[in-house]
Amino acid sequence: MQFAILVNQGPASHQAAASALAFAQAVLASGHQLVRVFFYFDGVLNANRLTAPGNGERNLVREWSALATEGGVDLVICIAAGLRRGVREANLAPGFRISGLGQMVEAAMLADRMVTFG
Amino acid sequence: MTCKRLLFVNRHTPRAGARAAEMLDAALIAASFGQEVHLAFLDDGVFQLLKGPAEADVDDVTTRFAELDDCDIDHVWVERESLAERGLVVADLIIPVALVDRDSLSATMAAMDMVISA
Repeated sequence: MQFAILVNQGPASHQAAASALAFAQAVLASGHQLVRVFFYFDGVLNANRLTAPGNGERNLVREWSALATEGGVDLVICIAAGLRRGVREANLAPGFRISGLGQMVEAAMLADRMVTFG
Repeated sequence: MTCKRLLFVNRHTPRAGARAAEMLDAALIAASFGQEVHLAFLDDGVFQLLKGPAEADVDDVTTRFAELDDCDIDHVWVERESLAERGLVVADLIIPVALVDRDSLSATMAAMDMVISA
């Protein structure tokens, strides 16, 4: 099955981001396809390369980047939501790209299921 | 591509940061892609539709709902109980809406291809 994921919460404020990552990993592990992960609202904070959790804390930004580089997953953040929250090319984490809301709608159209987190 | 039924769920006041405006942006983009767009307002989200003077120093999402006429969003749902619990009636709202009972809202959601909330 073709899945798409929408992430609407930041890594430090809500369980949603971690749940979305676990779901994405499970989609790939079970042999399904992941059309795209789209980040909107505070979800764009998952793409901030400057995020630096303390020692022993989980770094979700790095884990998303690994999903893109190792799993070949398309990670897209909304440009307007990103600029509003200080996430831009200059501090974009590896594996993410910046585009518009049209990418969210396209993902919804292409996927059999689009699953929202947050 | 396929036309999907997308529901955007608004549960927060128009003063809850950029949330209301970003939700409306996403709904308008989805409509411009020819998708079947539904908006639902429940809990404090009903205040987004409340008629009243716009405050000059605040981004006013309420007046933007007037744009809906031109953009093919035909389905605007408001939860009956949320409205009544806040002492409001349909005549207080800036656009025509369809009232839906709390008990039947889950069935409305189940009929959608995708539900977005934030």
